[in-house]
Amino acid sequence: MSIEYFLNSLYLIKPEIVVTTFLVFVVLLDLFSNKRNNLLPFFSILGLLVTGYFVLEQFGLKGLAFVTSDSRAMVSVDSFSAFFKSIVVLSSIYFILMTVYSKEMEETFDRTGEYYTLMFGMVLGMFFMISGSDLILLYLSVELVSLSSYVMAGFAKNSEKSSEASLKYLIYGALSSGLMLFGISLIYGLTASTNLYELNPLLIVSEANSFILMFAMLLIFAGIGYKISAVPFHFWTPDVYEGAPTPVTAYLSVASKAAGFALLIRLIKVSFIAEKDTFGFWIYNPIFNWQDFLVIISVATMTLGNFAALWQKNVKRMLAYSSIAHAGYLLAALAVLSDTGLVAVLVYFAVYLLMNLGAFLIVIFIKNKTGSEELDSYDGIGFSMPFLGVSFTIFLVSLTGLPPTAGFIGKLYLFIALVDAKMFVLAIIALLNSVVSLYYYIRILKHMFLAKPSENSPKEELSAVQFIILFSLVIPVLLFGVYFSPIVELAKNSILLLGF
Amino acid sequence: MQQVPLLSLITFLPIIGMILILFLPKNNEKVIKSLTLAVTGIQVLLGIVIWRFYDYSLGGIYNQASFQFVEKFRWIEISSVSWLGTIKIDYFLGIDGISAPLILLTAVITFIATLASWNIKTSIKGYFALFLLLDTGMMGVFVALDFFLFYIFWEIMLLPMYFLIGIWGGPRKEYAAIKFFIYTLLGSVFILLAMIGLYLSATETLADGSKVFTFNMLQLMNAENYTADGILSPLNPSNLRLWAFLALFVGFAIKIPMFPFHTWLPDAHVEAPTAISVILAGVLLKMGTYGILRINYPMFPEITNQLVWWIALFGMINIIYGALCALAQKDFKKLIAYSSVSHMGFVMLGMASLNTAGVSGAVLQMFNHGTITAMLFIIVGIIYDRAHTRGLDDFGGLANQMPVYTGFVTIAFFAAIGLPGLSGFISETFVFLGAFHVESIRLITVISTLGILLGAGYMLWTLQRIFLGQLNPKWSALEDLTAREYAMLIPLTIIVIALGVYPSLMLDLMNSSVNTMVNFLLKSPETFSGLPF
Repeated sequence: MSIEYFLNSLYLIKPEIVVTTFLVFVVLLDLFSNKRNNLLPFFSILGLLVTGYFVLEQFGLKGLAFVTSDSRAMVSVDSFSAFFKSIVVLSSIYFILMTVYSKEMEETFDRTGEYYTLMFGMVLGMFFMISGSDLILLYLSVELVSLSSYVMAGFAKNSEKSSEASLKYLIYGALSSGLMLFGISLIYGLTASTNLYELNPLLIVSEANSFILMFAMLLIFAGIGYKISAVPFHFWTPDVYEGAPTPVTAYLSVASKAAGFALLIRLIKVSFIAEKDTFGFWIYNPIFNWQDFLVIISVATMTLGNFAALWQKNVKRMLAYSSIAHAGYLLAALAVLSDTGLVAVLVYFAVYLLMNLGAFLIVIFIKNKTGSEELDSYDGIGFSMPFLGVSFTIFLVSLTGLPPTAGFIGKLYLFIALVDAKMFVLAIIALLNSVVSLYYYIRILKHMFLAKPSENSPKEELSAVQFIILFSLVIPVLLFGVYFSPIVELAKNSILLLGF
Repeated sequence: MQQVPLLSLITFLPIIGMILILFLPKNNEKVIKSLTLAVTGIQVLLGIVIWRFYDYSLGGIYNQASFQFVEKFRWIEISSVSWLGTIKIDYFLGIDGISAPLILLTAVITFIATLASWNIKTSIKGYFALFLLLDTGMMGVFVALDFFLFYIFWEIMLLPMYFLIGIWGGPRKEYAAIKFFIYTLLGSVFILLAMIGLYLSATETLADGSKVFTFNMLQLMNAENYTADGILSPLNPSNLRLWAFLALFVGFAIKIPMFPFHTWLPDAHVEAPTAISVILAGVLLKMGTYGILRINYPMFPEITNQLVWWIALFGMINIIYGALCALAQKDFKKLIAYSSVSHMGFVMLGMASLNTAGVSGAVLQMFNHGTITAMLFIIVGIIYDRAHTRGLDDFGGLANQMPVYTGFVTIAFFAAIGLPGLSGFISETFVFLGAFHVESIRLITVISTLGILLGAGYMLWTLQRIFLGQLNPKWSALEDLTAREYAMLIPLTIIVIALGVYPSLMLDLMNSSVNTMVNFLLKSPETFSGLPF
C-alpha cells in the first residue's frame, strides 16, 4: 500500500484527527498540571468547536476513505454522517457545560483529566460508528464507545448506585457486543466480506442460507439495539441512567443513541436497499424483512418505555424510560424505510437533542439546589424556582409533542411519514403512546406547580452563564416549533447523499 | 380596513399582554389585573370594529374571495425534492359568518371572565399570563383558515387550561385538570392523524402551475384538488374518508362534549375557578361544534349527508341525558355543567338538519349558550363567594335577601329554559324548525323537545330551592351584588335580551354564510363521489 493511499484519505477524516489530537493534548495537559485542572473544560470545548468546524465542512461532501477495491471503503464521509457528527459534537459541548455546572460532579471529581480524555475517546468512537462502513471498524468503534461509557457511568466513585450502574452496563454491554461480533463472523462466513457496500450485491445474489443470515442480522441488531436501548435490549437503561452522574446520563441518552441510530440506518440503507421507487420508498432486499422487524421492535420499545415510565418516582429514571420510548418513535420513523421516513428520523433527532438535553440540564440545576432527583422533592419548585419550572414545562411539553414546541414538529414528520406509507396501525399506536406519555410528563408538572412548596425550599440562583446555557436550549425548542424550515431543510439535504 | 391586520391584532394582542405581564414585578397585582382588563377590553373594541365593517352579503365557507379581513402569507416553505414535495404552510386568517359570531363571543366572554378573575388571590402573575395565553389560543382557533395553524391554536389552549384548573381550582383540581388534559389530547391526536391524511391527499395549484400538498382548509374543501391515489381522496375507491371523518368528529365531539365523551366536563367545571368555568362553557365548548362545521362538514360533505341521522341522535342523547343528569344534581355548579351538555345537544341537532333554519339555529345557539351559560356560572360564583357552598339544598328564601341577584338569576334561568323574549328561545326555535323539517330526523326532533320540558323542570326547581321558601337564618348576612358583579352581569343581560327581541343582530351576520354552507353541502356530494359504502 502506497503512501498516497493514506494521504488521499486523510483529508476526509479531519474531524477524527482533531479529536485524537485533543485527546492526546488533554492527557498531556492533565499530566503537567495540578489535580484539579479548571482549564480542561475550556480546552475541551475549544477542541470540540474545532472538530465541529471540520464536521460542518463535510456537509455536501461525498467521499470514501481508505478505499481498497472499487467500492470497498472503511469510512464513508457524507452529509448524513456530518449531520450525526454535528449532533454528537453539540451534545458533547452541552455535556461539558453540564459537568462544569453540576455540583454532583464537582464533589466526585478527583482528577478531571481522565474524564475529558474518556469523552474524546467516546467522540472518536461515535464518529467512526457514524461514518464507518466496514463491520470490523464498526465493531471496534462500538467497543470504544462502550468502554469509555462504562467508566464514565461509574465516575461517581463514592456513589453506590453509580458503581452499580457501571457494572450493569458492562455486563450487558459485554454480552451484546459479543453477540454482535458473532453475528459479524456469521456474515463473513456467508459472504466472505465485512464491507457494507460489498454486502449489498452479495446478499442479493447469494443463495446463502437465509435462516443463518436472519440469525446473524438479529445478533448484529443486538449490539445496535443495546446502544439505542431498544426493547428487548433496554434492561440496562433505567438502572444506568438513574445511577450514572446526570451529565453522563444526558450524554448517553443523546450522543450514543445518535451514533447507534446512524450505524443502524447506514447498515440497512447500504447493505440491504437495492434501489428506491419514485416516491422515495426503499425497495429492500427480501432476504431480511426489515420493515416488519422494525415495526415490532418499535411498538414494543415505545409502549414499554411509556408504560414503565408511568410508575416512576425518580425523575431521572422516568426520563430514562422516556428516552426508551423516544427510541421507539425513532424506530417507527425508520421502519417506514423511505426517504420521508429518514427525514423524519433526522428531524426527530435534531429536536430530541434540544429537548432531552434541556430536560437533563434542568434536573442537574434543580439537584444542585435541592440535592435530590426524587419526584417528591420537586414539590412547588415551579414557584420557588420559576425560571427552571417554566423551562422544564417547555421541555416536557416538547417531549410530549405538543405545539408550539419543536417536539411537535418531530412528531408531525413522524406521522407524515407513517401516513404517507399507509402504516396507519403503527401511526395510531404511536399517537396513543404520546397520550400515555403526557400522563407521566404532566406528573412532573403536577409536582412542580400544583403541590405546595415546602417551607425551606431553596431559592433559584442561576448565574448569567447558566441562564445563557438554559436559554440556548429553550429558545430553539420554541422557535423551531413555529418556524421549522431550517431543521427540515437540513435533514432533507443530509440524506441526499447517503448510500447511492 | 383591509390594510389593518385586525384579525392578527385581536389574536396576538393577548400574547403581547402576557409578555408584558411576565416582565412586571410579582407584587404589582393592580397593574397586572388592569393590564389584562385593558387587553381584553381592546379585544372587545376590535370585535365591535370587525362587526361594524363586516359585509353581510359575503358567504365565505369555501371561497377565499368571500372571506373577510383575510390575511395570508407564506409561513413555511421548504423547497422541493421529488419524494418529499414542496412543503408549504400559509399563515392564513379570515372570517365568515360562522366564525364572526364566535369571535365576538370570545371577546365578550374573555372580558367578562377577566372581571370574574378579580378575586383570584394566589400567584396573580401566573394566572393572568396563562389566562391571556388561553385567550390567544381561543381567538386563533376561530380565525385560522389553515389547518396546521388551526391545530397549533387548538393545542396551545391545553396547557394554560390545565394549569388554570390545576393551580387555582377546587379540592379535586388535580384530578379534574389531568382528566381534561388527557381527554382533549386524546381527541386532538385523532384530529392530527386526519389532518395529515388530508394533507397528503390534496394538492393546491400555485401561481406557477406547480401542485403542492396543502393544509389550506378552503383548498381541502374542493373535490378537484384531491389526487387520484390519495388515501382520503374521493377518487380513490379504497379511501378512508369515513374513518377520517370519524377521527375528526370524535376529536371535536370530546370538546363539545358529546355523550359518551362528556365525563370530563362536570369534573372540570366543578373544580375550575369561576372565571375559567365561564371561559370553558362560554367559549371552549363551541370549538367542538365549530370544528365540525368548519372542517367535517365542508371537507366531507358526502359523509356528512349520510351521517346526519347519527349526529342528530347523539344530539338528542346529549339533550335528554344532560337534562336528566342536571335534574339529579345537588351541586349548583354541576347542575349548570350538565345543563351545558344538554344545551350543546341542541347545537348538534340543529347542525344535523342541514338546512338554513337549523344551521342558523345551531350557530346562534352556540352564541347564546355562550352568553347564557357564562351568566349562569357567574351566578354560581357569586353565591359561592359569599356562602362557600354550592349545595342546592343549603339555601332557600334568598329572594328577599338578595333581590337584585335574584332578578338576574331569573333572567338567566328563563333564557336557558328558552322563554320567548330572551335569546335562548330564538335559537332553540330555529333548531327545532330546521330539524323538524327533515323527515329522517323528525322522530328524534320530537323526542328532543322533551329536553325543553326537563330544562324547565330543573331550572325552575333550582330557582325554587335557592330563592323561594324560608330564608335559612345562616344566610341573613348575605349582601347583594357589588359593582364588579353588576359589571359582569349587565352586559350579558343586555345581550340576552337584545338577541331575544331582535335576533337579526346575529342572524344577519351569519345568514349568508349559513346559506352558502347549506348549498355547498347539498350540492357537493356529487362531486365528492366514490363513497365508502
